Amino acid sequence: MTSVARAVPPTALADPPAVVRFFKETAAIAQVELRKLFRDPTELFSRAVQPVLWLVIFGQVFSKVRGIPTGNVTYLAFMTPGILAQSVLFTAIFYGIAVIWERDLGIVHKLLASPAQRTSLVVGKACSAAARALVQAVIIYLIALAMHVDLRLNLLAVFGVLFSVALGAGIFSMFSLAIACIVKSRERFMGIGQVLTMPLFFASSAIYPLAIMPGWLKVVARVNPLTYLVDALRGLMINGGESIHSLPVDLGVMAVAFLALATITAKLYPTLVQ
Amino acid sequence: MALTRVFGDLTAVDHIDLSIPYGEIFGLLGPNGAGKSTTIKMLTTLLEPSSGTALIAGNDIVKTPSAVRRRIGYVPQMLSADGALTGRENLELSGKLYGMNRADRKSRIAETLEFMGLTAWGNKLVRTYSGGMIRRLELAQAMLHRPAVLFLDEPTIGLDPIARRAVWDRLQDLQHDFGMTVLITTHDMDEADVLCGRLALMHLGKIAVTGQPSELKAALGPGATLDDVFVHHAGASIQEGGNYRDVRRTRSTANRLG
Repeated sequence: MTSVARAVPPTALADPPAVVRFFKETAAIAQVELRKLFRDPTELFSRAVQPVLWLVIFGQVFSKVRGIPTGNVTYLAFMTPGILAQSVLFTAIFYGIAVIWERDLGIVHKLLASPAQRTSLVVGKACSAAARALVQAVIIYLIALAMHVDLRLNLLAVFGVLFSVALGAGIFSMFSLAIACIVKSRERFMGIGQVLTMPLFFASSAIYPLAIMPGWLKVVARVNPLTYLVDALRGLMINGGESIHSLPVDLGVMAVAFLALATITAKLYPTLVQ
Repeated sequence: MALTRVFGDLTAVDHIDLSIPYGEIFGLLGPNGAGKSTTIKMLTTLLEPSSGTALIAGNDIVKTPSAVRRRIGYVPQMLSADGALTGRENLELSGKLYGMNRADRKSRIAETLEFMGLTAWGNKLVRTYSGGMIRRLELAQAMLHRPAVLFLDEPTIGLDPIARRAVWDRLQDLQHDFGMTVLITTHDMDEADVLCGRLALMHLGKIAVTGQPSELKAALGPGATLDDVFVHHAGASIQEGGNYRDVRRTRSTANRLG
């Protein structure tokens, strides 16, 4: 039997319940991440370039085509929620790379040797990904306003959009973290990230409706969380926009996806250092 | 129940038995690939043993890992303080993750920064620190919650002699003032000689020999150094040890300090 310092008197620490600790630890991780982000906000702005290009160039050109049935809204208005969802996906899906970097530095080792719950450590990261996505949402609202997209600007609708965006960012950042825990190297992660983003984007209703997809693609779209994010946003964000599913279905599917991925990721996270 | 870890067909740690008394600085020596890091990972609950277990301050690493985590501090070999945060913010994070309340954090952080000679640097970003200062900050993070046992993986690797001496001084103070048990791994025979009350030399996953530095030297005859002890026990296969990953990690730590 290996024993270290057997003679030590037990340190009696009164422990608050696990749920309280979960919120405190999660907040601690999220706070640190946000502090780093706002100390060097270049990332926030460089991330905004892509959605601007999609809306201003792709959106304007495709508005002329009029070949895509978008119901009673313009094509630009139709795609605005899609581009917001895309921006959420693209910002969150590369989140795992930061964790591989932290592993190479030994930060992950230190976090895992602390008594913090594994779930708090990963959900803290999800909160920080959500904050990044919320900044993207604000930027896209501003661009869309400038382009005279008919946005629904009542408080409840905007709040619904922000909530969906945060939940979506949570989903894709957890997915990204899980992949990072499996591949463990930056090179492999970048490769997989690139391979995943476009299929997830195209197999969703972001820039064309589900109705015009070939049958097999509809099946893929139906299991793609991005479709539900787009659907929720489309109903909430623009005047005359319609969700195919109802909002509770969209949010329900996303909540389940988030909880499942967070649970899996919390299990995988300790394997990063083994 | 001896501690064992198997990776595929490699037995990295092979049925080791150690007993480290309270309040001692204990050195785990051995060539690269001897199993030191794997042992530390198991003792700090980062890695589950394939068989066997260990008690840390009376708590079982397999049965009650979270109780173990509460009683230990860990400084990984790589420089693990977050460079994008200030020293104080790094300490705040540790304090929160160890469940310390606001008042405790405030007083302990001030006290610990003072102890490590970092008070003037507390509000500066860690990326502006020297290698020795980063190491001292990491020690501060690891001892903030007053653990019973401190685990340090190659604590002075890549540091210049003055910074190395400063780390040694802090470690000796930690042992004297707080009665902490300290377990370090090292390649540095000076470090082992100066710092450690007792040593264990690991080789190919097994403990080759344990004892006080003076005993180990005396056993080889007059005038023997710890280097001789090392070579005697790890012997001819020194060149075999150390896979690519070990070497790369050590180099990258050294580079960051350089």
